[in-house]
Amino acid sequence: MEVYLDNSATTKCFDSVAKIMTKVMLEDYGNPSSMHNKGMQAENYVRYAKEVIAKNLKVNEKEILFTSGGTESDNLALIGTAIANQRAGRHLITTKIEHPAILQTMQYLESMGFKVTYLPVDAMGRIRLEDLQNAITRDTILVSIMHTNNEIGSLQPIAEAGALIKRINPGIVFHVDAVQGYGKFRILPKKMGIDLLSVSGHKIHGPKGIGFLYINEKVKIKPISFGGGQQKGMRSGTENVPAIAGLATAVEEIYRDLDRDMDDMYQLKQMFIEGVSKIQDVKVNGLTDRNSAPHVISVSIRGIRSEVVLHALEDKGIYVSAGSACASNHPMVSPTLKAIGVEKDLLDSTIRFSLSVFTTREEINYTIKTLYDMIPMLRRFTRK
Amino acid sequence: MFTAFLIKYAEIGVKGRNRYIFEDALVRQIRFALRRCEGEFEVHKTQGRIYVEALSEFDFDETVDNLKTVFGISGICPVVHVEDEGYEQLSRDVVDYVDKVYPDKNITFKVCARRARKNYPMDSMTLNCELGGDILDAFPNIRVDVHKPDFILNIEVREKIYIYSVIIPGPGGMPIGTAGKAMLLLSGGIDSPVAGYMIAKRGVKIDATYFHAPPYTSERAKQKVVDLAKLVTRYSGPITLHVINFTDIQLYIYEKCPHEELTIIMRRYMMKIAERIAEENECIGLITGESIGQVASQTMQSLAATNEVCTMPVYRPLIGFDKQEIVEISEKINTYETSILPFEDCCTIFVAKHPVTKPNLKVIKNHERNLEEKIDEMIETALSTQEVITVK
Repeated sequence: MEVYLDNSATTKCFDSVAKIMTKVMLEDYGNPSSMHNKGMQAENYVRYAKEVIAKNLKVNEKEILFTSGGTESDNLALIGTAIANQRAGRHLITTKIEHPAILQTMQYLESMGFKVTYLPVDAMGRIRLEDLQNAITRDTILVSIMHTNNEIGSLQPIAEAGALIKRINPGIVFHVDAVQGYGKFRILPKKMGIDLLSVSGHKIHGPKGIGFLYINEKVKIKPISFGGGQQKGMRSGTENVPAIAGLATAVEEIYRDLDRDMDDMYQLKQMFIEGVSKIQDVKVNGLTDRNSAPHVISVSIRGIRSEVVLHALEDKGIYVSAGSACASNHPMVSPTLKAIGVEKDLLDSTIRFSLSVFTTREEINYTIKTLYDMIPMLRRFTRK
Repeated sequence: MFTAFLIKYAEIGVKGRNRYIFEDALVRQIRFALRRCEGEFEVHKTQGRIYVEALSEFDFDETVDNLKTVFGISGICPVVHVEDEGYEQLSRDVVDYVDKVYPDKNITFKVCARRARKNYPMDSMTLNCELGGDILDAFPNIRVDVHKPDFILNIEVREKIYIYSVIIPGPGGMPIGTAGKAMLLLSGGIDSPVAGYMIAKRGVKIDATYFHAPPYTSERAKQKVVDLAKLVTRYSGPITLHVINFTDIQLYIYEKCPHEELTIIMRRYMMKIAERIAEENECIGLITGESIGQVASQTMQSLAATNEVCTMPVYRPLIGFDKQEIVEISEKINTYETSILPFEDCCTIFVAKHPVTKPNLKVIKNHERNLEEKIDEMIETALSTQEVITVK
């Protein structure tokens, strides 16, 4: 049995996504910038995708910019805003548990002379609004907060933060990294005070190498790459039409029955948590109820290194992540787990299971049963 | 401009009646290396020299890089060959060669002509003088120094006339296939690929054994070892990699023996298994990357304890090297970057905080008695379930 529980790392494409992409690559392969018909056909896919996404977010079509994915969206959002607004101030705010695409970009901006405040989080991985309020100064130009954490699935009070920021200074740009939240929740930037929103295609059963950045038309932002002037000069380079078409299809599919799908996912999550909680010395990190993401479950298993659990599960056909997938290739302590105060012994023993709409009850049962059999065996052999 | 290479070889030259064996092996290895290069080449040996002649267009840098991986080559001389169209033309060609190869003429030289074709109208001495004079006339800054010239301009008169002056150093050593075959214990670290390289350099064919321990070590750790073997094959030729699943043996030792002795006992069994695979594959020696005192299992006492389990000679080419020296070679042969990828190998997963550094053989053997019940069977299982990967 193959059980894929690493959906926060990436997801399987919907069939319909693969299908439309094949069609675009083989038949409608024109360049949207070409003046002939073939070009116009391709442009229509891009136009349609903007329509679908704009409708989903209840924003204007011209506020959607296609990028290569979450990382590029985050980079453009932060660097583009910082550069365009540096005369207004040089202070930026973010949290300690952001994705490296934010944290590393912030570090880069620090090296360029910007000042950055990193907000702490509580044991459940949430920021406190009063910390945000206290951090904002007259010099603040940008606040960047993630919607859903990729390692523990904590949700931030985005709408409240948006309202707070705009009440203090409507000129502050509010960026939200929604790579893990989009496709799980309805996100309405105009209602939540969000000016910039990063989304990635491959986390919602779309293709890799595509994503978008919603840019509120009132926000001042500068491009960070230059060339042929596509997408009104904000992001030069021929549009990735097959992937854009695939992304639009993924958005349509994932939101078609969102409420029902999420109810199912929350139920599976609950089932899984009840199952693993019966194992001795196993701790589920962060919130587990409806105040957390439906798809992320972070579990610390005392006495066994996460890499060993990962490979032992792999042997049974179950695919998971050790801590955060982005950090799994290098043995680095996860800043998120540290920030929520996971004890030192457990930092290296934390596994992330992440679900998708394809996950079934049988798969969850099989995984729990496998853990029951495996953990006592693995605990016999540990580094002394 | 260059159309051929003259291959210089060092140690082979002093061999006696079996010299042809070494030369033939070198020709074979050169042909093998050139298969990786664009273009067609002919490799032939004449009168104690090996020539590589390009039969088509070729990429000079790529060809030199690949020749540099052939053990047995001490120097690679890029050659220009010209048709014999009389002295006047030769003189023009030689002046043109010097002009192109030495843009800065503030330099000293001497001409060294040789005639393989003795019916050439001028003798070697005359050629030296005439060509030297023509070069001096052509470039006012250039000077002759017969004792310590900056370059020696070699002119060889054969069917065609060969001109060369540059010597690019080769890797030295002996051609692969002129010694026996040995089994390398290949981990994912920095040392073992270097050890394999060094023994291969003496003409030895290499097989390798890797111990993996799933789920404690990952598929990626294994892939890394395959990648390292692949990097070594550039020099050693194809490597047969034997992958042994060591998990059960390791856990058995863990349960039955004192924790401080885990690593040393483990290594004794690794040597034992490697020797068995070596015997089954016509190897007549083992190779390890050990260096005295580098870690607890490489003290002289530990080496004595691991050495004791096998009768086959164990070659440890890095035994007197410091870590930094080993790193330098690994950088040279391009294995360093792969070696430092952070995947756990099976020697480190259960390592004790304070492993024994001066194991007592009697005590170790005593503890190994705890394993008697199952260990032989486990070794047989490990051997019979080995995975064999041909890396080339």
